[in-house]
Amino acid sequence: MSTTEIVADPRHAVRAARWAEFKLFARRFMRNPLGVAGLVIVLLLLFAAAFAPWLATHDPYLPNLTSRLAAPSAEYWFGADELGRDIYSRLIYGSRLTLLIVALVIVTSAPVGLIIGAVSGTVGGWVDAVFMRITDIFLAVPKLLLALAFVAALGPGIVNAALAITLTAWPPYARLARAEALVVRNSDYVNAARLAGASEFRIIVFHVIPMCLSSVIVRMTFDMAGIILTAAGLGFIGLGAQPPLPEWGAMISTGRKFIFDQWWIATIPGAAIFIVSLGFNLLGDALRDLLDPHLRQRK
Amino acid sequence: MNRSLRLFISIASWLLSVAITLVGLAALTFFIGRVLPIDPVLSIVGEKATPEVYQKVYLELGLDKPLWQQFIDYLGKLLRGDFGTSFSTSRPVLTDLVNFFPATLELATIGLVIGVVLGVPMGVASAYWHEKWPDHVLRVIGLVGYSVPIFWLGLVGLFVFYYLLDWVSGPGQLDVFFVGVVDRVTGSILIDSALAGEWEIFANAVSHMILPALLLGYYSLAYISRMTRSVMLDQLSREYVLTARLKGASEFRVVAGHALRNAAIPLVTVIALSYGGLLEGSVLVETIFSWPGIGNYIYSSLFAADMNAVLGGTLLVGIVFVLLNMLSDVLYRVLDPRSRELRR
Repeated sequence: MSTTEIVADPRHAVRAARWAEFKLFARRFMRNPLGVAGLVIVLLLLFAAAFAPWLATHDPYLPNLTSRLAAPSAEYWFGADELGRDIYSRLIYGSRLTLLIVALVIVTSAPVGLIIGAVSGTVGGWVDAVFMRITDIFLAVPKLLLALAFVAALGPGIVNAALAITLTAWPPYARLARAEALVVRNSDYVNAARLAGASEFRIIVFHVIPMCLSSVIVRMTFDMAGIILTAAGLGFIGLGAQPPLPEWGAMISTGRKFIFDQWWIATIPGAAIFIVSLGFNLLGDALRDLLDPHLRQRK
Repeated sequence: MNRSLRLFISIASWLLSVAITLVGLAALTFFIGRVLPIDPVLSIVGEKATPEVYQKVYLELGLDKPLWQQFIDYLGKLLRGDFGTSFSTSRPVLTDLVNFFPATLELATIGLVIGVVLGVPMGVASAYWHEKWPDHVLRVIGLVGYSVPIFWLGLVGLFVFYYLLDWVSGPGQLDVFFVGVVDRVTGSILIDSALAGEWEIFANAVSHMILPALLLGYYSLAYISRMTRSVMLDQLSREYVLTARLKGASEFRVVAGHALRNAAIPLVTVIALSYGGLLEGSVLVETIFSWPGIGNYIYSSLFAADMNAVLGGTLLVGIVFVLLNMLSDVLYRVLDPRSRELRR
């Protein structure tokens, strides 16, 4: 490609450059086997959630007392629970609930944290002091216990559980965005934008927040693993999804009574939680190696 | 004169920030307990209460006063150690907490010791053989600890080591016929039985404790080994390490004597934080193992809809959290001569 072409079609050049960067990124990502394994697990989860009706072999809600507590077999791949429902089918449908909670928490906590942090870092002064003090308070309290008390007050349920996890999940994003904003705030291009008459709002939205995105993506991937574990913990305690919903943590809690004689009821949903959360952690690890600006500088 | 004044100001501002955090914590529990429930009275007296009882509790809670006044009253009560009364045990929540806390503390402390003893060497090895196979293996072990639902691991552990193999004792702190034999002195069953010289009971307690303690140990190990690795990686790439090597120091001396000593200061913070994490992690573990600690207390109070107890437990663990943070801050300043230098 010659220079004249680039000048002739700058949009095309930008797109080509982005594509080349993405290809380089993908190639470097593929070199990390653990990261690829994590990506495969996450894709499988998405696949299971998207095609649950076709993948499931039984109705996840219909009790069938003749197959009560059935052991794993050709008919029931992972056995059946105390109401004779197929555990495999419930797992497949449960992936939707897991994704729902994760999505609810991420779409609420990441933007809230991001905005608070970016505003705090850019504006500075007493706004910064107040916001950061609040963030510190939320960081200093035990997360699971706070979520637990919150759901106990609001009443159990998926949405309330997600709200409670959000309440404890936003502060790290605020910290991250603030740190980034402090660096960007006095950089030349932001000053240039300010001189050109850009409002503080515009600077925050178009100049500060985009700079935070790569660290936020890494943080989000790790967070998803944590959210899955917390949601499962709340479900296990009985504060998350309510029966008959096939939430994985709640499935462990019903299987707990049968752990010694019908081990599959509790252990298999737990294995699913473990594998999915491991997948997100592996993916996060690989993404951090590639995206984290601090790590990139060191190399 | 000037220096001591500045020291005084920095200590005062630091104490103030700790106090603000504690008040914020109280504000959170106040919000959850009084503001969130649609009707706090109903959540205490239940649906079947007569109007007289309802009215009495309504006034007792001070719900006729403005919200800020209620909060001030709440803070005052907390300062006097009044966490309210537990409706399931009908004792003051503080008495309950004092009863149950030592068992949690015992479990979490042993878990922390396991986590540090295994996690720090793992992190050091991982950093030393950076990107080689020991690093990969140790990182995966750590990641598994990060990813596994701890309550599930507890169930699986009980199934395998208690039911199938019979290597350890089952749920609870002691076998039934040992319960109540030893006088309660500290509340820690290991110390109490050792003080009484009841070694049979001591051994029984150990076999009950070993599984939950190992679980908590693994839980904290994941975090500790990860942080140790990153701190050590940073230290090992410094120039003083190269200098030490050039001067002919042995590898052990370079790693343990030079790098680890410098890494120890940030690690103190990491360990203090993971102790707080363990207190919280023990909530789920205690419910699995019927361990008579704070976690189990909160768990059973949840089912009795006993919000005073739940919030009291949350507040206690939260306060310990904040104090641990504070302690790690102090230790950092005491241990690191550079931070002292800066303050002058």
